[in-house]
Amino acid sequence: MPGCCAEVRAEGVKLLADGVSKRYGPVVALEPVRLEVRAGELLTLLGPSGSGKTTLLQIICGLVEPDQGRIFVDGRDQTDTPVHQRDVGLVFQNYALFPHLTVGENVGFPLRMRSVSASETKRRVQDALDMVQLGHLARRFPRELSGGQQQRVALARCFVYQPSVILMDEPLGALDKKLREHMQIEIKRLHRATGATIMYVTHDQEEALALSDRICLMNHARIEQIGTPGEIYERPLTAFAADFIGISTALRGRILGGMIETPEGRFHLPPEAVGVEGSDALLVIRPERLALGQGTNVIAGTVTESVYAGAETRLLFRLATGTDAVLRLPIGMPPPPIGAAVTATWEPGAAVMVPL
Amino acid sequence: MSARRHRFGAAWYAAPAVVFLAVFFLYPVLRLLLLSVQIEATGELTTEHFHRALTAEVYVRVLGITFGVAGETTLGAVVLGYPLAYWLARQPLSRRGWLLMLVLIPFWTSYLVKTFAWMITLDQSGIMNRALVGAGIVPSPIDVLHGRMGVRIGMIHAMLPLAVLTMLPVMLSVERQLPRAAATLGAPPGQIFWRVFFHLSLPGVAAAGLLVFITSLGFFITPALLGGPRETMLAQLIIAQVQEMMNWSFAGALAVMMLLAALVTCWVYDRLFGLSTVAGEATASDRRGTLLLRGVGIGLLSAVAAVHAAIGGAMARVLGRRVLCTFLPAYVVLVLLFLCAPTLIVVPMGFTDSSFLSFPPPGFSLRWFETYFGSPLWLGATLRSFVVGFGTACLATLLGGFAALALARSSGRWQAALFGLLIAPMIVPRIVIALGLFYLFAQLGLVATELGMILGHAVLAMPFVFITVAAVLKGYDWRLDQAAATLGASRLRVLVEITVPLLKGGLIAAFLFAFITSFDDLTVALFVSGGVTVTLPKQMWDDMILQLNPTLAAVSTVVFVLVTTLLVLAEWMRRRGEVR
Ligand SMILES: Nc1ncnc2c1ncn2[C@@H]1O[C@H](COP(=O)(O)OP(=O)(O)OP(=O)(O)O)[C@@H](O)[C@H]1O
Ligand SMILES: [Mg+2]
Repeated sequence: MPGCCAEVRAEGVKLLADGVSKRYGPVVALEPVRLEVRAGELLTLLGPSGSGKTTLLQIICGLVEPDQGRIFVDGRDQTDTPVHQRDVGLVFQNYALFPHLTVGENVGFPLRMRSVSASETKRRVQDALDMVQLGHLARRFPRELSGGQQQRVALARCFVYQPSVILMDEPLGALDKKLREHMQIEIKRLHRATGATIMYVTHDQEEALALSDRICLMNHARIEQIGTPGEIYERPLTAFAADFIGISTALRGRILGGMIETPEGRFHLPPEAVGVEGSDALLVIRPERLALGQGTNVIAGTVTESVYAGAETRLLFRLATGTDAVLRLPIGMPPPPIGAAVTATWEPGAAVMVPL
Repeated sequence: MSARRHRFGAAWYAAPAVVFLAVFFLYPVLRLLLLSVQIEATGELTTEHFHRALTAEVYVRVLGITFGVAGETTLGAVVLGYPLAYWLARQPLSRRGWLLMLVLIPFWTSYLVKTFAWMITLDQSGIMNRALVGAGIVPSPIDVLHGRMGVRIGMIHAMLPLAVLTMLPVMLSVERQLPRAAATLGAPPGQIFWRVFFHLSLPGVAAAGLLVFITSLGFFITPALLGGPRETMLAQLIIAQVQEMMNWSFAGALAVMMLLAALVTCWVYDRLFGLSTVAGEATASDRRGTLLLRGVGIGLLSAVAAVHAAIGGAMARVLGRRVLCTFLPAYVVLVLLFLCAPTLIVVPMGFTDSSFLSFPPPGFSLRWFETYFGSPLWLGATLRSFVVGFGTACLATLLGGFAALALARSSGRWQAALFGLLIAPMIVPRIVIALGLFYLFAQLGLVATELGMILGHAVLAMPFVFITVAAVLKGYDWRLDQAAATLGASRLRVLVEITVPLLKGGLIAAFLFAFITSFDDLTVALFVSGGVTVTLPKQMWDDMILQLNPTLAAVSTVVFVLVTTLLVLAEWMRRRGEVR
């Protein structure tokens, strides 16, 4: 085995997209991006519609040819390998189950394509179906199943042949919220049970936070930030990242004399923030970091809405400059009436500053 | 109460069509059935006619020929047509529309014109023999006409468009996602095609086979003109029995046998696939097919897939993918040429200055068009065809349109029966309908009248109207009707001011299709038009049987141009109707 591959193995990089890009005529679907997926991790591609997630996924599985760049799976260059010979599985958004084959035959399809013996196929199909709790439905046709069951068949069909990497393009997009949450847990469980490497596309940030080991945030055909859900939530690197993940109060201003100067006032910089004197920046404060009352940094406004969401209550208020702010009320505290004047404060270290 | 009444009301829209079909379709066909087991003079019941048809050697032979030719035609049309339909299904929507015209035009071109084209193409001194001899492929002209080969060519050519047009909708309904899914699961192209695409398109293949087979069973134009005495088919026999022997009962028995053959085919098909596929509905219906059949079928497909993958892989290595990719387009060009070229040869023939139909024409002249336009006989026939066509189109659109409306709005157990009745005139061989009508009209004194022709043609045209309007109705937003009703419009006002204007495109298309159906028909005309009420196809037929002449080429050209124009118009209206 050549040295390079051993090294790649050692690092545990399962999939490497190295500088891949794609244009459709004048439309840039994907700028050159570099992305590593580690063995056994679940990485989500998160981004707004049209940000190039599907394009990247299709390049990886070979349904779309990249304009430049190369794809490595397990250290082997797979860029020129035809789709059906790549060791990459894909779960489609609308399942793409074969309507003319039974559930069992659908799941067995990839094994038959790989000339697995009949008895072995039978056993593995049964195992895969049991894994998604559909063992008793093997003889049904896809149209005789509910949406959630069809999705589970699609998952089984992909897990059954243990591809190196499993790609999922918004697999839960067609399901309702309750079923989505249920299936998210299911996918997490399958991921843990099989140790598969999964790349998961979604534009739902809650789903991404709930599922991922790491999130790759995409915007405008580019990778915006890669990191664990905690990293991206706590330390967004760009204004887009701060805005797209979670909600927050954002104050625009300019760094002057170790403070940030905004229309709402002068505030302390977060301790670890490195800002170039005189440059524009955005101060981001998460709702749970903001509290009613007085302190070192203070903003004042009038209450516009209080939103009860079961586990927490959010208070929305508008500052004098028109900027909207949001904070999480402590449990048990009755919300102030709408129109009431409030002040809020935060510790300097609790805010994040991103360059503009 | 009001909800029930509403449903009830919608179903009533079908009443006129049902009554019409009961009187001019069901009754005559059933009467024919009765006739076939009666002694004509006394009315006593007998099996004598069937006995004779099934024992006399000459009839048994004709039966054999009929099934043989229909079988060959079905096989040929489906096999030749499948790759063309496949190719069309993969074209982008914008381009497909216009490419489809290359199939639709031959589909609607009169059988007489198509057959005439082959008569002059395949003739001893025709263009094909000249080319073959000229290229040194054969030493002397071969006689394809007046033999089985001529019939095969003519029939497959006539049925190919029907096969393609039946298979295409089913192919289009195969989700594009599925072949890609198969690829990501590790299936090479050969496997994807056979195990996924081909398997899913099978209902379409079967539907095409069914329609082609049934239509071929009742054919007489092509075998009569392109075949010899040894290619006599059942329909020719029926015509001879009626026109020459006046033996109604025996003709009835032969017709009943043809009907039975058609119905049995339909029944078998319905068991396996479900009849609604015929109307372009791809109900994946493996459930109906027996499990054994399914198992055998899948096994067969896997074997084919494996062979294909092996051969395809080897060919790709030897020739390269590039070359391989040109096979299908090259094939498509050849088939389209086969479909369109013969008819196009007819056009220059109409402008010849010679009295013979030789190709290329020695010189240009308009004399044959002058002959046509100067002949009271031809002009009278043309005018009559227009009148009958117009009447048919009005009647069929009215009845069929309301029936489609009723079917779209009502639900329940009557729906399937209604659907069956409305498309039945397409499944029962035309010659059977025509014969039944002839008997009925003879009693009513409607033979050789324009009214008789209109009634008969309306029966034939109704399924086309129904299918066209039903397709447009599928995309219709019924909430608009409800909105109009809540705004105070009565049911009639809703129909006149909302529904009909919105369906205008589809209705006009249906009207034109009905017109073309009537304008082209020879079967009903053969019996019902006669003497002074000869229609254009009947006049052409009489001429073609007697003696081929360039006037026929001129007439064919006029008919071809006219029908093509109407067709383009109809298609345009239909698509506009669907886009809405
Ligand atoms: N086949 C194509 N032809 C032309 N443009 C395309 C094609 N496929 C994608 N694009 C364009 O490329 C861009 C990225 O598309 P892509 O499908 O990758 O987005 P996405 O992130 O998956 O969005 P979504 O969340 O809506 O699925 C879009 O602007 C899209 O319009
Ligand atoms: Mg997408």
